[in-house]
Amino acid sequence: MSGRVLVGVKRVIDYAVKIRVKPDNTGVVTDGVKHSMNPFCEIAVEEAVKLKEKKLIKEVVAVSCGPQQSQETIRTALAMGADRGIHVDVSGKDYENLGPLQVSKILAALAKQEDAQLILLGKQAIDDDCNQTGQMTAALLDWPQGTFASEVSLEGDKINLVREIDGGLEHIKINTPAVITADLRLNTPRYATLPNIMKAKKKKIATVKPADLGVDVTSRLEVLKVEEPPQRQAGMKVETVEDLVVKLKEAGRV
Amino acid sequence: MFPASRYSCQAHRCARLLHKIKTEHATPQLYTTLHRRPCSTVSTPRITTHYTIHPRDNDPRWEVYIIRNPLEVKPLIIMFVLQAPLNTPVTEDVFSILTEKYRIPVPILPGCCVLFHEDGSVKGIATNDVGIAKDGSPKEGIFERGMELHAKVTLFGEGCHGHLAKQLYNKFNLRENCEPQTYAIGLKELWMIDEKKWRPGRVEHSVGWPLDRNTYGGSFLYHLNEGEPLVALGFVVGLDYTNPYLSPFREFQRWKHHPFVAPTLEGGQRIAYGARALNEGGCQFSSLGLHVPEYAENLKNSWVWKELYAVRNIRPSFHNYFGLYGGMIYTGIFYWICRGKEPWTLKHCGTDANQLKPAKECTPIEYPKPDGKISFDLLSSVALSGTNHEGDQPPHLTLKDDSVPVARNLGIYDGPEQRFCPAGVYEYVPLDTGDGMRLQINAQNCVHCKTCDIKDPSQNINWVVPEGGGGPAYNGM
Repeated sequence: MSGRVLVGVKRVIDYAVKIRVKPDNTGVVTDGVKHSMNPFCEIAVEEAVKLKEKKLIKEVVAVSCGPQQSQETIRTALAMGADRGIHVDVSGKDYENLGPLQVSKILAALAKQEDAQLILLGKQAIDDDCNQTGQMTAALLDWPQGTFASEVSLEGDKINLVREIDGGLEHIKINTPAVITADLRLNTPRYATLPNIMKAKKKKIATVKPADLGVDVTSRLEVLKVEEPPQRQAGMKVETVEDLVVKLKEAGRV
Repeated sequence: MFPASRYSCQAHRCARLLHKIKTEHATPQLYTTLHRRPCSTVSTPRITTHYTIHPRDNDPRWEVYIIRNPLEVKPLIIMFVLQAPLNTPVTEDVFSILTEKYRIPVPILPGCCVLFHEDGSVKGIATNDVGIAKDGSPKEGIFERGMELHAKVTLFGEGCHGHLAKQLYNKFNLRENCEPQTYAIGLKELWMIDEKKWRPGRVEHSVGWPLDRNTYGGSFLYHLNEGEPLVALGFVVGLDYTNPYLSPFREFQRWKHHPFVAPTLEGGQRIAYGARALNEGGCQFSSLGLHVPEYAENLKNSWVWKELYAVRNIRPSFHNYFGLYGGMIYTGIFYWICRGKEPWTLKHCGTDANQLKPAKECTPIEYPKPDGKISFDLLSSVALSGTNHEGDQPPHLTLKDDSVPVARNLGIYDGPEQRFCPAGVYEYVPLDTGDGMRLQINAQNCVHCKTCDIKDPSQNINWVVPEGGGGPAYNGM
């Protein structure tokens, strides 16, 4: 067992920023807007670093797919404690159309190339909310998957997981190698402090292209239009239950 | 909002868990009063938990974290210290010192406090600690001490009313030979307007309405020429205003409805909002107590000083019975015609904080309700600034004395901070017991404008640096 963990991190628009749709409705304004690491990816990085600190794994490799600026996101992961980074260079039109299927193909190829024992991802990205990459990666590699993890513990060559599902908490045990996606309550990510940021500058980030990994990033989806969600209408207060039924009938709901 | 002292330990833990779940959708949290300590008066809940006001040396929660000497880095470089460069979305920020043939790259770092040698000279700066919870205790596993950076020369570039510069003014009496600085608050919005109304390069300024003749201020509206039909518009109000009922934000919003301004904005969309304090004083307000005498000499001989000197009396000329009109007449005669060569230099009338009149001597101002198309309410404006701070940290707007806001600011001046803050940080809310009010500080909303530090009539508010990464995310502002 190589004891190597691959952590996927995504560069997204910061969660506190107000999103604006482009005037031509082809997408969202990203120029000059503050970006940061996807919050769920931060939790995944923190979990990987914690496992390394407990000496259960040997190396944490941070991976990001995107343009040149994705390297900043990898640097943040390095400052949090990852050992080295891999930047998969995808830019321009390819990057605009990059979706979970292509990313999971890239991650699967990298996992084989790096001989990874574990892949840790965030459960979903806050820009597309797809919640697909982890599951697709596991399927492509034919590995077990533990998604929405709120607790992870390694036991020999098996992993004990607590998953947060609609019905409550599910306890499962899966074999390694595996794919785990992190949910909110898995941990609280640490800060990238100044000394660690400076140390991270010396860590290596390798750049590869999807073609080098044998992955075709053309998308099978075409975005037709992006528009703002409809404005919320004001609610109405009614005095009695009879009024409510009348109003519901008027609106055609009953 | 429930005071924890009323509940059992388990219920408190439950409330904490609920709080964690809610943070998935981070909305500015209402601050719950966690402690009622006898150090504040009996009815004043504790507001300030920052370690600059409550030191940690004797605090039992900090025993485990022996406050060691933090990591010391002793580079021989000159450092440019900004207050929070990690907040602005700058794609590339490079500062260098150029010699005749070479360039020395200089890292840009956020500073929290200034460090001094034993002899009192500046040793460098320290970045602030991270991982401190709202009540001042360390967060398990996350707390990290800041880093000290020492250098032979430290440059402070914090902009208007920098909090590190404030420490230096006090320590070195840098301001003894000049007037106290006077400021204004500038509020700005970026609008995408109808292309037919866009005249790139056009600049509009105004004075007068809605301010009265004794309140300094005015507006600007610039049609930008950057490809898209954008206008940058804003409103400036001098912080020496006297009426505690004045709200610079609401003056700005109602100015937009003026028949000369509103047509430009009709059919447009507001895309950004921000606010910042600005220096209003000119050369008689600049302190030149610098370590490098050649700099002061060169500055005095340069065009910068000449221009500042020529306009030095325009701002103070405002202080006469006719207010704005007197100022305009003075400016017309002495600047337009005489180019500022008159032999006297007018003074200002003291610090901005001392200019407020008690509330009972002033009339409340009736502001119109925002219409949601041209004028807007405060909270939706703050959301557009992209500001955010980690919720679980001590409020970075510290009070020297927690009891002063209700006793003095609210009692005498009717709480001016709830009106001059452009981000809705300060609110007077009723106490849970029903009688009396307390000050609530929504530190997460803060846009780092420094107005409260300047205008607080009790000078009780001290702005300090929040945990790194917090603050407004201005884009194109």
